[in-house]
Amino acid sequence: MVQMRTMEVMVGAFMAAGFVALFFLAMQVSNLSSLAGGDGYQVTARFDNIGGLKVRSPVAMAGVRIGRVAGISFDNTTYEAIVTMQIDSSYNTIPDDTFAKIYTAGLLGEQYIGLDPGGSEEYLTDGGKISLTQSALVLEEIIGQFLFSKAEEGGGDE
Amino acid sequence: MEPLARLGRIGIASLERLGRGHLLLLHIFSGITDLITRPRLLIAQLHSVGVLSMLIITVSGLFVGMVLGLQGFYILSQFGAEETLGVMVAASLVRELGPVVTALLFAGRAGSALTAEIGLMKATEQLSGLEMMAVDPIKRILTPRFMAGLLSMPLLAAIFSAIGVIGGHFVGVGLLGVDEGAYWSQMQAKIDLHEDIYNGVIKSIVFGFVCTWIALFQGHDCVPTSEGVSRATTRTVVHSALAILCLDFVLTALMFGE
Amino acid sequence: MSPQPDDSNEPLVKIRGLRFYRGERAIFDGVDIDIPRRLITAIMGPSGTGKTTLLKLIGGQLRPDAGTVHVDGQDVHKLNNKDLYRLRMRMGMLFQSGALLTDISVFENVAYPLREHTRLPESIIRKLVLMKLEAVGLRGARDLMPSELSGGMARRAALARAIVLDPKMIMYDEPFTGQDPISMGVLVQLIPRLSKASRLTSIVVSHDVAETAGIADIIYVISNGKVIAGGPSEQVANSDSPWVRQFMDGLADGPVPFHFPAPPLEADILENATQPPADAGATL
Repeated sequence: MVQMRTMEVMVGAFMAAGFVALFFLAMQVSNLSSLAGGDGYQVTARFDNIGGLKVRSPVAMAGVRIGRVAGISFDNTTYEAIVTMQIDSSYNTIPDDTFAKIYTAGLLGEQYIGLDPGGSEEYLTDGGKISLTQSALVLEEIIGQFLFSKAEEGGGDE
Repeated sequence: MEPLARLGRIGIASLERLGRGHLLLLHIFSGITDLITRPRLLIAQLHSVGVLSMLIITVSGLFVGMVLGLQGFYILSQFGAEETLGVMVAASLVRELGPVVTALLFAGRAGSALTAEIGLMKATEQLSGLEMMAVDPIKRILTPRFMAGLLSMPLLAAIFSAIGVIGGHFVGVGLLGVDEGAYWSQMQAKIDLHEDIYNGVIKSIVFGFVCTWIALFQGHDCVPTSEGVSRATTRTVVHSALAILCLDFVLTALMFGE
Repeated sequence: MSPQPDDSNEPLVKIRGLRFYRGERAIFDGVDIDIPRRLITAIMGPSGTGKTTLLKLIGGQLRPDAGTVHVDGQDVHKLNNKDLYRLRMRMGMLFQSGALLTDISVFENVAYPLREHTRLPESIIRKLVLMKLEAVGLRGARDLMPSELSGGMARRAALARAIVLDPKMIMYDEPFTGQDPISMGVLVQLIPRLSKASRLTSIVVSHDVAETAGIADIIYVISNGKVIAGGPSEQVANSDSPWVRQFMDGLADGPVPFHFPAPPLEADILENATQPPADAGATL
């Protein structure tokens, strides 16, 4: 029969190991560190077509992730998509004439918003709007355009 | 006529067992307040149920993680997506394999041990003896074991998943050449604290609840002979396994659907 | 209802009209028993007549289908949980196998009720436990584990545990069954000694006629769910009733037949017997 003292020590070690494992999972495995920067500011942009963009998709500038898509909604009058982005507070020098474009990561990857900085002296703050946007590339439209231009070429030659 | 009557009898007997099981659960809960004044009992059970399961959980976690690393690499490299090995290993472990495999191993090791112990106490009249000494055997014997199982399971599942991720790292990065930075960074980008880790913990708590309940009930309800105890032990493992897999499906559908 | 005073002359246990069924079988079919205080009452009968069940009914572990059981003036099955537990602290029970807790030592087993129900300091607990162990002759074995004890020693340790709270009565469930002559001798001596020393009421359930009849003051014989004899031990031991005589004298055949009911022997053995002989149905 194991002595009480030894037993208590082992149980303590067991529980400590369990908590360390949970901690490890939370810190090293999950996206906790990026969630921690929860205080940031919100910026909106309007797109004609957001393609496959989802809430929590990344927002990047020069390839560096600076925030996430916080919400996506639809404007009933202008039929545009309104994307709300949560930008980390440490990135507060984004000019207000920045260009927002929807890119695709890799060939089949998920979509994200890439920001190209403009030259304005005024910076975006909480509630700011990005007015220069370009929608996502939709595969069918590209193919359609290609076929159309090919058909035109062919027709022009005659 | 006779088969119908048999079916009816089986149905009624099953309902009776279900009822007894729930009554036992309520009785176990009523002992929780007593347990707070007797932490020694809980510690002894945490040792018996949790600490003694560590070996099998750690070894299994390591090997499962390594197999995931191996298999994952071969499959992902067909798509040129080896970098996402970290995500694959971590997601499989944290969401599914950690809670489920831990629960199955727990049912086999700790669950059957609990059933055998309680069944034997019933067969040797120790439970009756406690009753006649004016000590409630449910509160004194079953409640500490229940709380120990409930608390141990999420910790064991976390240890399983963590060691599995490390095992996957060892095979993927160490042996097969996946980029170390990619392994961790992709994982950190894609595995969500709330959706994946919390849900995994919730799953393991649910499994701990159900497995320990089944183990204690089978032991307490068994026929008090040696054959009865051995049958009860088998039932614990089988019923626990079925319950775990069923609940896993239900919980996964609830948690991970869009 | 509060317990009766110690020197009352009322029987400690009063059983009236007890009926208890297991499935279709009547274990008890209208049983009246009085257990007087401070005496040793034996309850005897063939195996399987539910003697252990009777003890469980008295202790409140089982509920009767009809009838009442009063212990110390209180109706056992009408008590709430708290009062039932308090009543049980005044009863000691010695199980057939001892029922010691297997993961703690003999000392800890005997100390268990004290630790549970009293707040006595450790030094007093130690003295009490050692005294009770001394009474059963096991003081030197106090640090052994139950798995290291022989059957007889385990029972003595369980007896020490049963008396540690100084109960008013002790129930012995088949104390002599399967014991070697020496252990039997020890118990035969201990039971009356404890009974007199602590003014205990003892109920001994057994089918060992010789030993039990030797120490009992009152004997009840139960068969087929009914009391077939009950009274002072000499009276019962010399009773004329064929049932009692068969039991007490250990006769192979009598009111309880040797042959389990079966068709006649010729019909079973002779495979080409076409019809059973005229006297089919005789069982002797």
